[in-house]
Amino acid sequence: MTAPPARRPTLADRGIDGVTLLVLPAALFVVLLFVYPFLYGLLLSFAPKEGGLLGNYTRFFSDPYMYGTIWLTLRLALPVTLLNIALSVPIAMQVRHMKHQRLLTTILVLPITLGTVLVAEGLLNYLGPQGWLNRTLILFGLIERPIRLVHNYWGVFISLVITGFPFTFLLTLSMISGIDPALEQAAATLGARARQRFRHIVLPLIVPGLAVTFCLAFVDAFSVFPSAVMLGAPAGETRVISFAAAQAAFEQYDYSYASAIAMIMAVVQFGFVGLVLTLRGLFYKGPAGGGKG
Amino acid sequence: MESALERLWRTLIWAFVVFFVVNVIAMISTVVVNSFGTRWLNSWLPAAFTFRWYAAAWKEFQLGDVLLVTFQIAGAVVLISALIGVPAAYALARRNFPGKPLVMLLFLLPLLVPPITFGVPLATVLYKVGLAGTMWGVIIANLVPTVPFTVILMIPFIEQIDPRVEAAARVFGAGTRRLFIHVLVPLLVPGILAATLLAMVRTVSMFELTFLTAGPTSQTLVVSLYYSVFAAGVRAGQSIDAMAVIYMLSTLIWLIVALRFVNPTQIVARVKKAPA
Repeated sequence: MTAPPARRPTLADRGIDGVTLLVLPAALFVVLLFVYPFLYGLLLSFAPKEGGLLGNYTRFFSDPYMYGTIWLTLRLALPVTLLNIALSVPIAMQVRHMKHQRLLTTILVLPITLGTVLVAEGLLNYLGPQGWLNRTLILFGLIERPIRLVHNYWGVFISLVITGFPFTFLLTLSMISGIDPALEQAAATLGARARQRFRHIVLPLIVPGLAVTFCLAFVDAFSVFPSAVMLGAPAGETRVISFAAAQAAFEQYDYSYASAIAMIMAVVQFGFVGLVLTLRGLFYKGPAGGGKG
Repeated sequence: MESALERLWRTLIWAFVVFFVVNVIAMISTVVVNSFGTRWLNSWLPAAFTFRWYAAAWKEFQLGDVLLVTFQIAGAVVLISALIGVPAAYALARRNFPGKPLVMLLFLLPLLVPPITFGVPLATVLYKVGLAGTMWGVIIANLVPTVPFTVILMIPFIEQIDPRVEAAARVFGAGTRRLFIHVLVPLLVPGILAATLLAMVRTVSMFELTFLTAGPTSQTLVVSLYYSVFAAGVRAGQSIDAMAVIYMLSTLIWLIVALRFVNPTQIVARVKKAPA
C-alpha cells in the first residue's frame, strides 16, 4: 500500500497506520464523556448520603414506592415494544413491493421528528374528553360518553406507539427488503403459499434482525420520561423509573441516589437485551441477501 | 392466485396503516388548529381564528432567544460530530486492526443505553467541572449520542466508495489530508449531509440530555416547551401550541431536506445502491 509512513512500522504490519489513527479523536471522546461518567456514576452510587456501601440500593429495594417503578416501566415498555414489532412485520411485508414506497416511509418517519413533548401536547388535545377522537366516536354512536384516554396508562401507551412504531417499522422494512427475492420465488415455484413462504423463509431470516430491533425499541420505551409525566399519571400508574431518577437528581439533589437508580435502569435493560440476544443465538445466522449479507 | 383470506389480510393491514396515519395527522392538526384558535370549548372548531398566540408566545417565552440558542447548540453539535465522526468512520470502513470489534462496541453502547441512564452521571460530572447550566455543557451532553450516531451512519456511505479512486489519488502523491479534502469529502457530500441533518433533528428533539444539563439561558426549544406546559396555569394553552408548531416546523424542515438526499430505509440499513 501507499499509506503514509506509520510512526511505528511494527504497528503498520498489524494494520495500524496513519489512517487508523483517525478513529482516535472520536473514540477518546466516547471514552471521556460516556465511559468515564458512567463509571463515575457507578462509583458515586456506592457512596450514599447515609448508610454503607450499598445504602442507595437497599434504600431503593426496601421502598415499594421506588422498586415499583421498575414493574410500572416494564408493564409499559414490554407490551409497546412487542406491539410495535408485531405491527411492523406484516406492514413491511406489504410495503416492500409498493411503487411509492418512499412517500409512505417518509410519512411514517415524520412522527419521529415530532419529539415526545409535542406528541404529548397534541394527544392531550386530540384524545381529551372534548377532543376530535371522542367526538367522532360519539358522532358515529360507537360510545355514549367520552372515554378517558389521557392522564392514565393508555395515554402514555398510545404516545409510545406513535413515536416508536415509525422507528421499528423503518428497521423492519430495511431488513425485509434486504432479503433476496430469488429465495421466495424459488419457494413459490415449489408451490409454497404466501403464508408458508413467510413462515419458512422470511421469518427465520429476519428473526436475528428483529432481536436487535427489539433491543433498540425497548431501550427507547423503557426510558420514557416526558410523555409519562405529561400524558400519564406520574404519581400513579405511570410512575416510570426515569421519572424517579430525575426526581432524585433535581428535586432532592441527591446525585448519589439518582446515579444508583440510573445504574438499576441500566442493569434491567442489559438484562433484557442480553436475554434477547441469547435467544437470538438459537436461530439461523447467515446471509439473507444475494451477495454479501 | 391469492385466496379470499389473503385479500382480507391485506385489506386489514392497509386499513391499519390508514388508521395510524389519519390519527397522527389529526393529532398534529389539533395542535395547529388550536394555535390559531381564539376560544375552543365544546365544539369541533374554535369560535374564531387569530394570529395573536404566535405574537404572545414569541414575547412570553422569549422564543427569539430560545430559537437562537437551539440552533447555536444544534449547529455546534453537528459541526463537531462531523469533524470527529467522519474521519473515525473512514478509519473503521477502510482498515482492519486489532481491537476493531471493541471500538465498534464503544460506538454502539451510547446508542443502546437510554439518554437518562448516562445523562444523570454525565450531568453530575459536568456540575463538578462547572460546565452544567452553560451552553457548552448542553453541547457536550448532546455530542455523546451524536458522535457515535454519525460514525455508525457514515460507515456504509464510505464503504460504497471504490477504494481504487483513493488509490489513484495516492499514486499521484496525495496525503491523507489532501485525499480527504479533494477526493473523499466531495464524494461523501450526500452522506455527510444526511448524517448531519439527522444529527440536527436528533439534537433539536433531544429532551432528556438537554433537560439534565441546561441552565436558564441554555434551554433548547423542546425543554422550554416542557417547562411551559407545567406553567400552563398562568399561560394560555394556545400559546403553548403556537410554540409547539414552531418547534415542529423547525425540525420538519431539516428532515425533509435530509430525506432529499437519502432514502429513509438507508438510514438504518447498509446502502445497496448509490443515493440519488
